[in-house]
Amino acid sequence: MCGAPDQAAQLPAGTDLTKETVLAGRVVAGDKPVGGAFVRLLDGTGEFTAEVVSSASGDFRFFAAPGTWTVRALSRSGNGEATLSPEAPGLHRTEIAVA
Amino acid sequence: MSREDVLVTADWAEKNLGTEGVVFLEVDEDTTAYDGGHLPGAVKINWTTELQDPVRRDIVSQEQFAELLSSKGVADDDLVVLYGGNNNWFAAYAYWEFKLYGHEKVVLLDGGRKKWELDGRTLTTDVPERSGTTYTAKPADNTIRALRDEVVEAIDTKNLVDVRSPDEFSGKILAPAHLPQEQSQRPGHIPSAINIPWSKAANEDGTFKSDEELTALYGEAGFDAGKSTIAYCRIGERSSHTWFVLRELLGHSDVKNYDGSWTEYGSLIGVPIELGSK
Repeated sequence: MCGAPDQAAQLPAGTDLTKETVLAGRVVAGDKPVGGAFVRLLDGTGEFTAEVVSSASGDFRFFAAPGTWTVRALSRSGNGEATLSPEAPGLHRTEIAVA
Repeated sequence: MSREDVLVTADWAEKNLGTEGVVFLEVDEDTTAYDGGHLPGAVKINWTTELQDPVRRDIVSQEQFAELLSSKGVADDDLVVLYGGNNNWFAAYAYWEFKLYGHEKVVLLDGGRKKWELDGRTLTTDVPERSGTTYTAKPADNTIRALRDEVVEAIDTKNLVDVRSPDEFSGKILAPAHLPQEQSQRPGHIPSAINIPWSKAANEDGTFKSDEELTALYGEAGFDAGKSTIAYCRIGERSSHTWFVLRELLGHSDVKNYDGSWTEYGSLIGVPIELGSK
């Protein structure tokens, strides 16, 4: 019901990509995935919105809304961030390089 | 009450992992996190099945709480150290339940799993064996729990602190952004509530900000220290984090957690709702 999703898994059954704005991506250090990174979603004003932990394959996922978002990762391999500006529902992907 | 009475540091925890009379309990939003590695000796509590009634929408009863702690091997006079992922959201929720049922010695591990992991401290998959106890829970202390009618009466009277993100407060989204958005309730917030997201009370590594920073934060957001307070979020766990800050760290006397929170309020027929930010 309310458990944090397995970030590596497929989208949950019943996810309607015509309605949900899904932000998904991978945390990498060089070309290696970074699992266990703390990935936070910040809104257009830089305000904290949510945080998840990346899977062993470095993957993470948020359910958001159209707008401008920053995803920021903290990990033992370093920190990094990326910006996404989805204009409509659907699956929007990015990559966060940490150093 | 001061910070030293309710919080322990990761350094303290590391030195006390095997100390007699100290029990570490992990409570995570992601109920599988413990299985992938936890503090050596720590016992898992599953908030979805062990801190809530399995049938009715409610927290566990006094009897259920006593049974739970007896089965986990917690004694009445043990020092319970709660910690978890997601900046201690569910550990704070558990802390609130421990206080509700009168456990004397309970603290949070500052920074929870996050700081522990970022520090690179030891995690293990070994599950400890503890013998059962006969735990005595006290009757619920409802001076720290708000129910719905009291929340409606608090409009324009008490501090109503909505600790959700600004987009949940304004009604743009219904749930935190790592969860699906499909819900039955109406979006928005309780009229007269002030929006002070729980996250503003925490540093990036999950530890709590200093008392000075916290006092300034709430003061600037319009929190009236002379009034009683009710904190709420979506399901009562993030508001436990803020309840902890206001009552346990800053020492405000009449602070309640509304665990029904938005999933209850936003589903009530006929109550006022306000939209938009302010």
